[in-house]
Amino acid sequence: MSDPLARLRLMTSARVALGRSGAGLPTAPLLAFQRDHALARDAVHAPFDPADIAAALKPWPVVTAASQAPDRSAYLRRPDLGRRLDAESASRLAPGDWDLAIVIGDGLSAPAVHAHAAPVASRLIERLADWRVAPVVVAHLARVALGDEIGARLGARMVVVLIGERPGLSAADSLGAYLTSGPAPGRRDSERNCVSNIRPPHGLGYEAAADTLAWLIRAAGRLRLTGVGLKDERLDQARPLKPPPSAPNIGVGGE
Amino acid sequence: MAWEHGGWQGASMFASALNGQRYVFDDLKTLLARATPARSGDELAGVAAASQAERVAARWALADVPLSAFLNEAVVPYEDDEVTRLILDTHDASAFAPAAALTVGGFRDWLLSEAATAETLAALGPGLTPEMAAAVSKLMRNQDLIAVAARRRVRTRFRTTIGLPGRLSVRLQPNHPTDDPSGVAASILDGLMFGCGDAVIGINPAGDSLAGAIALLRLVDDVRRRYAIPTQSCVLAHLTTSIAAVERGAPVDLVFQSIAGTQGANQGFGVDLALLAEGRDAALSLRRGGEQVCYFETGQGSALSAGAHHGVDQQTLEARAYGVARAFDPFLVNSVVGFIGPEYLYDGKQIVRAGLEDHFCGKLLGLPMGVDVCHTNHAEADQDDMDTLLTLLAVAGVNFVMGVPGADDVMLNYQSTSFHDALYVRGVLGLRPAPEFEAWLASMGMIDAAGALAAPPRGAPLLDYSP
Repeated sequence: MSDPLARLRLMTSARVALGRSGAGLPTAPLLAFQRDHALARDAVHAPFDPADIAAALKPWPVVTAASQAPDRSAYLRRPDLGRRLDAESASRLAPGDWDLAIVIGDGLSAPAVHAHAAPVASRLIERLADWRVAPVVVAHLARVALGDEIGARLGARMVVVLIGERPGLSAADSLGAYLTSGPAPGRRDSERNCVSNIRPPHGLGYEAAADTLAWLIRAAGRLRLTGVGLKDERLDQARPLKPPPSAPNIGVGGE
Repeated sequence: MAWEHGGWQGASMFASALNGQRYVFDDLKTLLARATPARSGDELAGVAAASQAERVAARWALADVPLSAFLNEAVVPYEDDEVTRLILDTHDASAFAPAAALTVGGFRDWLLSEAATAETLAALGPGLTPEMAAAVSKLMRNQDLIAVAARRRVRTRFRTTIGLPGRLSVRLQPNHPTDDPSGVAASILDGLMFGCGDAVIGINPAGDSLAGAIALLRLVDDVRRRYAIPTQSCVLAHLTTSIAAVERGAPVDLVFQSIAGTQGANQGFGVDLALLAEGRDAALSLRRGGEQVCYFETGQGSALSAGAHHGVDQQTLEARAYGVARAFDPFLVNSVVGFIGPEYLYDGKQIVRAGLEDHFCGKLLGLPMGVDVCHTNHAEADQDDMDTLLTLLAVAGVNFVMGVPGADDVMLNYQSTSFHDALYVRGVLGLRPAPEFEAWLASMGMIDAAGALAAPPRGAPLLDYSP
């Protein structure tokens, strides 16, 4: 008789019908879990290469920056430091007359940013040819809210932050895009919109992500706001930031 | 060692000397924070001890503080915070009388003594404030937290009885990324066949719509009634959604809410004490199983995350969340200990410690404590740490733990304990499911006379289910 539990596996992506060795997991699902956890852990700690991203964006101008977090370990312990620009970076960001600033930050997954950030950014720039878009800022040890200070220093009316989401066991390379109107230190998460799970071919593709972002950016420009007041009526992929109702406190992607 | 007390809401100052150096602590909340075992969230908040020596100096000073001091000096101002008012206004002075003359250090000695029995601990509970429980926990090693908690059984009842000696229950957590009914059902069936689900079948919805919550409630209720399973269901939507579901006639057994230890942090969750009372009344109005109809979740760090911590350490605030919970006679309380991330609990050592503290404080205050033994991928923790905490909590008599398929929650994207983990820890410690649920498992041929899981194809009727 074939495995009567096999039907369950077809019904969900959860790890059901794994079998058992006594009370424990059989060796194959045990090692499969360890593989997925290892990929997620390595993604969290992977080094970030801003030069690689700058090269991929050529000839678009790129400025590099860093947060006040001194290293990866401090970055994980002190999210407040990841939200503040270091002084040297701040001095390199000249104010201008920009409709939009684009910030690419490592967040919690550098591999996600290496794989997906430049393709999304270049497609977004193409779609906003009539907008004054500032040089792309590539930021090291960045949290989402670092974009608030970068946007404010550049004098931009809006900022979009492309950042590595917290790796899960099913995906370690998911990119998130966070849009904030009127960027300034102290903006709340409820004042942002998010397009998450950008990760072709399994998640959202580059063209679809850029379409959604460009639509949101133009709508936010008309309304002069982002967050709960801005709803994407075409898709529900762009939602105001809000923790799951049941989570005591979820680290929203990149945060 | 010096202790000077300034009276109600007044300023106190605490000091101690250690190795020739004098340490001064400006007030009770500072003393509590400096005495707390190291954790990243208190460092992030800027309230942690600056050195190991300062931490131990604070413990020396804390040991000399009378328990009664916590009735006279609030760590969050009475005028500003309804949680403080709840704690102080409902304090049971007669229950407190046997401990009223003790210092925090003396209280630890009493808790470890033979005088602290199941009966005396239960009687003392209403006389203790959350801050007293937090304070004494800071002087206790992990083994102390386990030894005392193991004596304090807290029994609650809906369709099953949770918290009996020799029993360990499991919340079956069949989450799905899109709330797909077949996907949820598959995880429920898999868990039931491992003997999980006697605490509750509790789903975190991916969406936050009322219609979605009602659809999930009907799905679980259908499974429960079709197989006559003695358990209860819960959809962990916001309390206002559950109240609306009750009004629409949906089958709501337990109402859920995340709660925290300050008024401001509860506001961040969109609740206050009045709303919690309203939610409890809504569930009671359905008369579906019992008088204990609330399921609360908590976790160290939630108040700091909400910017509402008032300079109080995260473990003391967590105990205050239990002060909120006990006002509503809950069926289940669950500390989701490793979910919040490394900026609050950095690694396995901090998660293990916090899990034991939360379980101890909750039990001391009379709550039916469960713990979601869990971690995220950016914390310095793995399944070995989870095995350690799970085993320690089971020894400490935890009421329930989570059962997630393969320990991987594919909706919330974190790692918890699995159906296999429950089977392991029940087996190694001889713990059994809730009696009503155990009888059902036997009636279905899913366990044998000795309580061991039957060989496949156990639970064959379940496999025919389709939503």
